[in-house]
Amino acid sequence: MKIRTQAKQIVLKGGTIFDPFRRTLETGDVFIQEGKIKAVGKITGPEGAEIIDCTGLIVTHGFCDLHVHFREPGREDKETLKTGTNAALAGGFTRVCVMPNTDPPMDSPEAIRFVVEKAAELPVHIHPIGAMTKGQRGNEISEMGAMKSEGAVAFSDDGFPVANGQVMRLALEYSRMIGMPVINHAEDPLIRNEGVMNEGIVSTRLGLPGNPDVAESVMVLRDLELAQMTNARIHVPHVSTARAVDHIRRFKNNTQLALTAEVTPHHLYFIDEALMTFNTNLKVAPPIRSEKDRVALIEGLKDGTIDCIATDHAPHTIEEKEATFDLAPFGLIGLESCFGAVNKILGRQSGLSLETILTLLTLQPRKIMGFEVDLFAENCEAELVALAADEEWVFGENDIFSRSRNTPFLGETLIGKPRYTITKGIVAESG
Amino acid sequence: MLQQKHLLGLEDYPAEDIQTIIDTAFEFRAVLERPIKKVPSLQGKTVVNLFFENSTRTRISFELAQKRLSADTVNFSASSSSLKKGESFKDTAQNIEAMKIDAIVMRHPTPGSPLQLTKYVDAVVINAGDGTHEHPTQAILDMMSLQERFGKVAGLKVGIIGDIAHSRVARSNIFGLTSLGAEITVCGPATLIPPEIERLGVTVSYDLDAVLDWADAVNVLRIQRERMGVGLFPSVREYRSLFGITVERLERIGKEVVIMHPGPMNRGVEIDSTVADGDQAIILDQVLNGVASRMAVLFLLLGGKI
Repeated sequence: MKIRTQAKQIVLKGGTIFDPFRRTLETGDVFIQEGKIKAVGKITGPEGAEIIDCTGLIVTHGFCDLHVHFREPGREDKETLKTGTNAALAGGFTRVCVMPNTDPPMDSPEAIRFVVEKAAELPVHIHPIGAMTKGQRGNEISEMGAMKSEGAVAFSDDGFPVANGQVMRLALEYSRMIGMPVINHAEDPLIRNEGVMNEGIVSTRLGLPGNPDVAESVMVLRDLELAQMTNARIHVPHVSTARAVDHIRRFKNNTQLALTAEVTPHHLYFIDEALMTFNTNLKVAPPIRSEKDRVALIEGLKDGTIDCIATDHAPHTIEEKEATFDLAPFGLIGLESCFGAVNKILGRQSGLSLETILTLLTLQPRKIMGFEVDLFAENCEAELVALAADEEWVFGENDIFSRSRNTPFLGETLIGKPRYTITKGIVAESG
Repeated sequence: MLQQKHLLGLEDYPAEDIQTIIDTAFEFRAVLERPIKKVPSLQGKTVVNLFFENSTRTRISFELAQKRLSADTVNFSASSSSLKKGESFKDTAQNIEAMKIDAIVMRHPTPGSPLQLTKYVDAVVINAGDGTHEHPTQAILDMMSLQERFGKVAGLKVGIIGDIAHSRVARSNIFGLTSLGAEITVCGPATLIPPEIERLGVTVSYDLDAVLDWADAVNVLRIQRERMGVGLFPSVREYRSLFGITVERLERIGKEVVIMHPGPMNRGVEIDSTVADGDQAIILDQVLNGVASRMAVLFLLLGGKI
């Protein structure tokens, strides 16, 4: 990947432009001047502008990921805001929300300001999600109002489910007051128990402690009931089970709840059978589930139960992941492989249109967070990606720009690859 | 002679290779009955017993098997807690291999660790128990003992009694016995039967009397008292009354059932002393067959000559 400063004037020439906001698809050019969209359509000149040949490429909004872990501050050996940014650019992402389980956790306005200031110079838009409770300990709600003022866009104790229902209720009530969504990692810790993989025939065969699907679904159900009671905004992260999809669908159909949900590429791509090799890069929370669950997640995307794709990009060091299965940490990186993976599963294998898939990566997540959604409007800051949507490629070590390497997608044939990512005054070009 | 380089587990292990190991084990069993019990088959081969978990009988059994075959043996014991602190599993494995050894016999508390070991070393890896996953040599010696007693394994009705969920012995027995054509019923508290186990081709029962009435042989698993602390079963006396192999129960059945136990036994809990020491029990035959089975595995995997 080569990153260069944008020329004063750029023309993205001859691409197929998909505007998820207007839902239009047409061949044309995009003229960008000093980082801002100036014109879209058939463009001649101007003299001296840099021409980026987009023939055969899809030009659309830059991807937006509501769920990444960039580990800064505290675990810069796994990822930093800078290296995470490179991973995002390689994956076609121009905007990400970073989770607060850093060290120390982002549970104060000072911590939010640290990330906002540090991210200001980086070419990807980085929005911090503040901790829902102090120290992510799940006991007392955090200073949400002050964190919002410093730039927090949502609240979550991601990685640590808020087990105490009273605290969850208070967090929902309080966040509703300031109009912010709450994101709870839904896994009942007592039902999950020691589980390190999905509970079922595969955990029985491997002798690994299982994490049953109800560990997720009972907490999703609790959260939805509480959100309905408090009239709060709730976003369900990384839905992994058919049962949770059913709960979300029922609430969407039968209530007025401001409810949204996301699914990860790895839960769409893999099933628990893949753990027969004890690959620690497939150890993730919530766990890789059964084929029945995977099919239900795809159905949930098709009927709108699930709103968007989010990677849950979670870097861990090689040393940590080379440990035995019980000691290896949960999580995998997902930014670089995201589009190729979801396009293969949802497009090639499940029949979703490319427009729908791109909307799940662009318009939908931006709507959830209230980010700008009309990105082809004149004078809008350019946040675009140009994709080779049908390119088949094998995901390899050289495609990783994260500081970490923990991905089960290594060696997988993916379909579709970001070629140019254009954001904040730079052009990132992938090979 | 065997199709796979390592012995990691019996799931998907070729049935004919299991039979080859058992047949070879009977030849070594004959050697063990001789006054001089040592053969030169693995002279010059070095085997490391790498034990990350306490074990007395399995380690002694492997060590005796290695000595009877004239292999050089080294024992390495490390608690997994020391690994958590410092040296990684990978470093330990690669350090040992750097000393030019031929095989590693490993016991480890984590499922899958032997497979992981094969990625770090070139030596032959033999799984001596990986957590709650598999214990293939135990299952081979169990099948050998059944064959010794009944002439063949195919068609036998075998009950496996106790904590199935946390038992590597149960898993390897299920994989091996089904592969050789035995019928299996697992029996134990519902909290200790893992989900969807029927899909491994076994029947589940909670009625020990019915299982004993049905079975030709039962393999009685050790009940680990620490499981009680987290409420997986309510009490020892309740366990004994529902799932203990008691004298009274066997008398009530009124038929001969062969009793096996992988050891170490909790006498008076999962099995009565009188039963363990009685004529129906083949527990000490299993121990001897364990040495013979491990000799067979080492011999076949290390390409020894008779």
